[in-house]
Amino acid sequence: MATADPVRQPRLSLTNLLVVLGAALMLADVYLIFMVAPTDSVLGDVQRIFYFHVPMAIMSFLAFFVVFVASILYLARRDQQWDRLAHAAAETGVVYVTLALLTGIIWARPVWGTWWQWEPRLTTTLILWLIYVACLMIRAYAPNPTQGARYAAVVGIVGFVDVPIVYYSVQWWRSIHPSAVVGPLAEAGALEPVMQGILLFSCLTFLVLYLYLVVERTALRGLEDQVRLLKFSMRRTGR
Amino acid sequence: MNSILQPVAIIFWKDILLELRSKDIIVSAAVFGFLVVVVFNFALNVTPRLVTQLAPGILWVAFAFAGTLVMNRSFVREKEQGGLEGLLLTPVSRDAIFLGKALASFWFMLIVEAALLPVFAALLGFAAFSRILLLTIVLATLGFATVGTLFSAIAVQTRSREIMLPVLFFPIILPVIIGAVEASSQAIGGGASGGISRWLPLIGVFDALFLVICPWVFSFVVEE
Repeated sequence: MATADPVRQPRLSLTNLLVVLGAALMLADVYLIFMVAPTDSVLGDVQRIFYFHVPMAIMSFLAFFVVFVASILYLARRDQQWDRLAHAAAETGVVYVTLALLTGIIWARPVWGTWWQWEPRLTTTLILWLIYVACLMIRAYAPNPTQGARYAAVVGIVGFVDVPIVYYSVQWWRSIHPSAVVGPLAEAGALEPVMQGILLFSCLTFLVLYLYLVVERTALRGLEDQVRLLKFSMRRTGR
Repeated sequence: MNSILQPVAIIFWKDILLELRSKDIIVSAAVFGFLVVVVFNFALNVTPRLVTQLAPGILWVAFAFAGTLVMNRSFVREKEQGGLEGLLLTPVSRDAIFLGKALASFWFMLIVEAALLPVFAALLGFAAFSRILLLTIVLATLGFATVGTLFSAIAVQTRSREIMLPVLFFPIILPVIIGAVEASSQAIGGGASGGISRWLPLIGVFDALFLVICPWVFSFVVEE
C-alpha cells in the first residue's frame, strides 16, 4: 500500500491545468458579466446574454475549422489521432453552435419581437448546425468505426467548403426579400470600451473551455478505441 | 485524355443500359415528383394569383425530392449485386467511376425533369419553356448530381440509408436550391432580371467547386 495508485495521483497534466484555468476564468467571467458590465441603455439586462452568445458563436466557427484541418490530415496520414481530434472538435462545435443558437433565440424574443429571423447569419449558423449534426450521425450509422471516420472526414471537408457559399446565397436571398425587422447590425460599432473588454475576456474564457472539452473528449475517444480493441480481441480468443 | 474519358463513358453507358432494361429509377422518380406537386396543390391551394410566387418553390422541392430518389437508387443497385466491388476491382481511376456515376444520375434527373416540367406548367399554369429556366435546371441538376453521387456512395454503406442521403444532401445543396428557386421565379414570374446574373453564376461556382472536390474525396469514400 505504500506505492500510490498511479491513476489516482494528482498530476499537472494539460487537462488538469485547463480545468483549473477554465473554472477560474469562468467564475471571473460570470462576475464581470453580471456585476461589472454596465446595463445596456436600450436593450436592458437581456443584452448580457451577448457575452455568452458571441464567444460561443466565434468558437464554434473555430471548432469547425479544426474539424476541417483534422479531417484533411486524417485522410492524408491515416493517423487515428487526427480522427479523434476531428471527432472531438465536431462534437464540441455542435454543442457550442446549439448554445449559440439557443442564446440567440432567447435574446431575439424580447429585442426583435420574434424567436427567429431568416437573417443571413442566423440561417447560415442553422445550416452549419445541420451539416455537423449530419457529420456526427454518419459516424454513428457507419458499419464500422474506420469507415465512419472516413465518411465523417469527407463530410467535414465538404461541409466547411460549403459554408461560405451558403452564407453568400442566404445573404443575397435576404437582400431580395425585404426584411420586416431591422437586424442586429446597429449595435456592432457602438460598444463601450468596458463592454468590449468583457467581451474579449469572455471569448478567452470560452476558448479555454473549448480547449478543455476538446482535449478531454480526444482522450476519451482514445480510451473508447482501446476498449473496443480489447473487446474485439476477447471475442476472437473466445473468452 | 482518352484513357480518362473512355471508362467514364463505359460506366455511364452501363447505367443507361441497366435503366433501359429495368426503367425502375426514372419511372418511380417521375411518379413521385408528380405526386409531390399534386400534394402541394392541395396543401397550398395554388390560385392563379399566387402561382408565380409558389410555382418555383413547388417545382424545386419536387425536383430535389425526385433527385434524391434517383441518386439513392443509383448506388443501392450497385450495392445489392456487389457491383461496386466489381467496379472498384477494374483498373480504372476512382475519378472515372465517380464521373461516370454522376453523369448517369445527371441524365436520369434531366429526363425526369423534362417529363415533369410540362406537366407542372400545365397543372400550375406557367410558361415552361423559357431559356433561362432551362439553363437553371441544367446547372442546378449538375450540382445535385455531383454532390448527390458523393453522398449516396456514403449513405448506401450505412444503416438507414434512405434517411442518411437527404440528411447529408440537403444542407450542403442549399445554395443551389436557393439559387434555382430565385432564378426560376424570375424566369416564370418575369420579374426584374437583375437577379439572374447573380444566381446563375452562384450555381455555376458551386458546380465547378464540387466537381473538383467530390471526385477527390470520393476515392476516400469507396476505398476498402
